[in-house]
Amino acid sequence: MELYRLTAHEARDLLRKGEITAVELTEAVLRRIEAVEPQVRAYITVSPDTALAQAAAADQRLSAARRSGEVDTLPPLLGIPIAVKDVISTRGLRTTCGSRMLERYIPPYDATVVRRLRAQGAVIVGKTNTDEFAMGWSTENSAFGPSRNPWDITRVPGGSSGGSAAALAADEALIALGSDTGGSVRQPAAFCNLVGLRPTYGRVSRYGLVAFASSLDQIGPMAKDVLDCALLYEVIAGHDPHDSTSIAQPVEPVLPALNGDIRGVRIGVPREYFGEGIHAGVAEVVRRAIAQLESLGAHVEEITLPLTRHSIPVYYLIATAEASANLARYDGVRYGHSATATTIWEHFTRTRGEGFGPEVKRRIILGTYALSAGYYEAYYLRAQKVRTLIRREFEQAFERVDIIAGPVAPVLPWPIGWVMENPVQAYLTDLLTVSQAIAGIPALSVPAGFHEGLPVGLQLVGRPLDEVTLFRVAYALEQVTEWHRQRPTQ
Amino acid sequence: MGQREYEVIIGMEVHAQLLTRSKMFCGCSADYVDAPPNTHVCPVCMALPGALPVINRAAVEATIRVGLALNCEIAPFSVFARKNYFYPDLPKGYQISQYELPLTYNGWVEIEGNDGQPKRVRIRRAHLEEDTGKLVHVNGYSLVDLNRAGVPLLEIVSEADMRSAEEAHRYLLKLRTILRYLGVSTADMEKGAMRCEANLSVRPRGQQTLGTKVEIKNLNSFKAVRDAITYEVKRQIAILEQGGTVEQVTLGWDEHAGRTFVQRTKEEAHDYRYFPEPDLLPLEISREWVESLRATLPELPDAKIQRFMQTYGLSRKEADIIAVEREVAEWYETAVAAYPHPREVYHWLTGEIFRYLNEANIPITAMKVTPDALAELLRLVEDGTINRNTAKSVLQEMLATGQRPRTIVDAKGLAQVSDEAALRAVVDEIIAAHPDEVRRYREGKKGLFGWFMGQVMRATRGKANPATVKKLLSERLEGDG
Repeated sequence: MELYRLTAHEARDLLRKGEITAVELTEAVLRRIEAVEPQVRAYITVSPDTALAQAAAADQRLSAARRSGEVDTLPPLLGIPIAVKDVISTRGLRTTCGSRMLERYIPPYDATVVRRLRAQGAVIVGKTNTDEFAMGWSTENSAFGPSRNPWDITRVPGGSSGGSAAALAADEALIALGSDTGGSVRQPAAFCNLVGLRPTYGRVSRYGLVAFASSLDQIGPMAKDVLDCALLYEVIAGHDPHDSTSIAQPVEPVLPALNGDIRGVRIGVPREYFGEGIHAGVAEVVRRAIAQLESLGAHVEEITLPLTRHSIPVYYLIATAEASANLARYDGVRYGHSATATTIWEHFTRTRGEGFGPEVKRRIILGTYALSAGYYEAYYLRAQKVRTLIRREFEQAFERVDIIAGPVAPVLPWPIGWVMENPVQAYLTDLLTVSQAIAGIPALSVPAGFHEGLPVGLQLVGRPLDEVTLFRVAYALEQVTEWHRQRPTQ
Repeated sequence: MGQREYEVIIGMEVHAQLLTRSKMFCGCSADYVDAPPNTHVCPVCMALPGALPVINRAAVEATIRVGLALNCEIAPFSVFARKNYFYPDLPKGYQISQYELPLTYNGWVEIEGNDGQPKRVRIRRAHLEEDTGKLVHVNGYSLVDLNRAGVPLLEIVSEADMRSAEEAHRYLLKLRTILRYLGVSTADMEKGAMRCEANLSVRPRGQQTLGTKVEIKNLNSFKAVRDAITYEVKRQIAILEQGGTVEQVTLGWDEHAGRTFVQRTKEEAHDYRYFPEPDLLPLEISREWVESLRATLPELPDAKIQRFMQTYGLSRKEADIIAVEREVAEWYETAVAAYPHPREVYHWLTGEIFRYLNEANIPITAMKVTPDALAELLRLVEDGTINRNTAKSVLQEMLATGQRPRTIVDAKGLAQVSDEAALRAVVDEIIAAHPDEVRRYREGKKGLFGWFMGQVMRATRGKANPATVKKLLSERLEGDG
């Protein structure tokens, strides 16, 4: 078997036994990247030298631990090649956010999640493509061009964490980090037959995650199976004093819950998640997956979440308002693209005019408008009020059910170029993934099957801080379906 | 046509840097004044992508203490907000400030009004925000220094309760005194640690509606505050007298030209697009926290002045002079405790010692004379060891060297001569040497008595007991000898 095809937990076991080395594993992944990148284009930056150095350091820890018989106490991600979405700051490794603005920006500090990965001894292979500042659904908004879906390279891998998804699906990394503001981890996971989690807001530190919309952004783990996703989640989750919105409560261990037993779990299926605008093929695959959960002993009942239809306007008002402020720092004074100009105002306008792409500009303008005097109450404030209602609607639903299940995306991966021609319709593809972000609750995407050869994801939504139940149910499904073992033909 | 009487209505916005160890939202040192440019910076205060703010608890506590000292209510629930605008010294493109739900609000301070009576100036709010960086203009370039960016800044907004430049000036002084008493800010305007903006309008006395309000920014000294307001009031009255209307503008103050100038018109006013800062959770402030902070408040200037008037028999003006700086008040009280003659101590402190501090331009804390040393000096005068004139020169010596008065008196042999036999010899000598003056004195030029005193003091190098000399001189001059 080719080493790059391994899952992280398989590789971990082989590394601990000494059957493979981290350097061998990393070299295999780097060769794989070299082979498939011309078609897939998952990465913006690959860093072979630092990756191999990290792998060599991991091998030293591994052999030292083997000598002293302590391999079982080693961190699970030691020596595991990981891809990091290029909106997450990596010290010494450029972090572009998919933007011309930051094309040459090299952060002098690590994001908290990256610091945790380095402490594990994980091997950071490179930085993956993303829609510019994570604003998009497909990586088509990346200044570096779109990534391709390894299942059909004429189609998008989803987005904005599409680079991480494409890298995993094409075996260019064993695990990956994405970020999810309105579905950006879950939707590409669904499009690429992967497992992806959006954790509870505040569960994973945002420190070092380049902000798109502060009250919605969450870093999430992406993996080829549920166990890998859980391993990565356990590493990155937890309180961080550098992020004031981070939750202090300890992280509940996930692995003990991965036992396949979901008897008695109450699953709510919202009527609205199968309504207008949902692709019939997608709906059918998802319903089949839910039926399988029922056959494993879960109680399935239909519920209703009528506010779902308001979630897109609420999301786009809050996200763009916050983005309009978050992106104000790109003024060319301290770092990033800097236009030549004779006055400071010309400098600002030209720097931002040249540095930002059209979707980013669209959202900054929308958000600036929503916050303007005379409109603030009608737009931003009202959106915040509806946000509270959406949160309550979920709370009420979770009085009756333990998790909510439905599709991730209402559509299948679309052909590259579609977003550019249909920017407004593209907003509607967020229909099923923004309300969880608005409510700050965890949601997980797990492979549910295929329609016409393209992957479809099942979305599982849980109570705040109840990631464990999502992993438990996803793992049970994985055990009886094995969709995750299917690989694109390459 | 005679000029009508006008009323001026003034509100003030004061910014004061808080003396915390670290900046408002990161761990950088806030003590940046003498540091080379851009050395007190980190990802947070440079607004690198992905960096996040964390609230400085010490700054919140300082603000609550100021709120309590300004008789404000303390919010149980307070929110930070983003104030959005572009400027090269503002790294994030927004300032983290407060808008709705400030930390403290609805307070007042007492100042002396135009009529000499105490009057209250209401405080609308005192909230917390972060300072900006600084621009340095060199050879046609503008350089950005972010050492100051993120230093905690307290903003105190008054109601428009002041009615003259003098009241505004006294209000500022009062704020400065309170901030210094609390030890939360140097409140040094000349160094930019306290900055001030005034908004003012003018209306004919008796008119109910307010006149058009203008804002004067960047008033960077007490003098600037008084001069700019005085100038602006005159300018607006002149416009109204000519039947014109005052425009709603934001003004700057040109210190050299001594006049205001337009910075922004109404049309150019910013829309700051405030919204709650999503990177920070709302602050919850418990009653227990507030009460524990209230317990740390020192005796405040108003209370101290009252007590000094009652305990030490000082007038309000005298008490005010002593109480304006907490360190001076403490020095005074320690000295009075060691030498329980409050008026005498007041006299020496506000006379010789204040003059020295002014000339040396040092604070009382840097002075070499301890309260105890002054007490010792005054006891030497009281027991007749030295006279008051000698005491003055001994005090100068003490101020210069920090030596104890007894040491100086002994070393220089300054102890007063009260021995009548010895002094009589000197007096006789002086009288013998100046027959003309003696004659003129006896003919009625009594003013020469002081001259004779001076001669004797000079001959004894100031050590003669003045009372003894006076007695001996009287005997000789009034007598027939």
